[in-house]
Amino acid sequence: MILYLLCFTLMLVGLYGILTKRDLIKIILSASIMGYATNLLLILFAYRNGSIFPILRKGVEIIPMVDPLPQALVLTSIVIELGTTALLVALALKLFQKYKTYDITKIRKLSG
Amino acid sequence: MPIETWLIFILSFMIIGSIVALEIKDILSAVIAVGVVGLGVSLSFIFLQAPDLAIVQFLFEIFALIIMVRAFVKKDYHQEEPSKVNKILIGITIITLLAILYFTASILNLLPEFGEPLMNTAQYYLNNGASDTGAANLVTSIILDYRAYDTLGEVTVLFTAILGALTVLRIKSKSHR
Repeated sequence: MILYLLCFTLMLVGLYGILTKRDLIKIILSASIMGYATNLLLILFAYRNGSIFPILRKGVEIIPMVDPLPQALVLTSIVIELGTTALLVALALKLFQKYKTYDITKIRKLSG
Repeated sequence: MPIETWLIFILSFMIIGSIVALEIKDILSAVIAVGVVGLGVSLSFIFLQAPDLAIVQFLFEIFALIIMVRAFVKKDYHQEEPSKVNKILIGITIITLLAILYFTASILNLLPEFGEPLMNTAQYYLNNGASDTGAANLVTSIILDYRAYDTLGEVTVLFTAILGALTVLRIKSKSHR
């Protein structure tokens, strides 16, 4: 319970950054913090007490294993996050080339 | 020491690291502080018995750090521009987020306790994964066999994101013409 709350607090810190920061780089960093918190929360749901990683080995008797399904889903999610971060960085670089600033309150004109 | 204690320690460290990353003025320091948060996630994956995820998260962290430093840190690198920040708006935001946290606590109470997952579908995978797919690593058997369409969709999204990044970077803006 306390772990879930701490992890949710981490996500809220990222949300706070997205809502209040004016610097584009800070907003990208906050988005990646939110991604970390979400992945970690899913893996926290998957943990089972006194169990090992879900890899079968020869000569070892069957022992309880953690839930492999969230691990598989989070694996795809991490990879997608990398692509999203790269896209955001490309957009921010393009905006900087045009406006010479990363401050979102100064980026007003919409023409490409 | 029980695993909860370690995880609480790492999570508190990560929260402090992310607050530092958001509040510090220097951009290089902020990027590195977020890198520390990501490595904390990787460490907690090891504690939670997910070695594949720990490796992938570690690689993701290195790549993200390289992309960010390469893109944003120039010779005269950028600092966060000082701007008049509305104190009232920040106060309202923090109060709203605390309210969200308070109401979420009651929802998190409904979930199964830490360490006792439901395991309805996953128990089938654990019992029959090796005989169905022939993979010793059950995470691999889920990714590449039971939920292969998910992986196909993931690859599509990744391809689209990279294509978008390349397209955006290739367009010449008017000021450069």
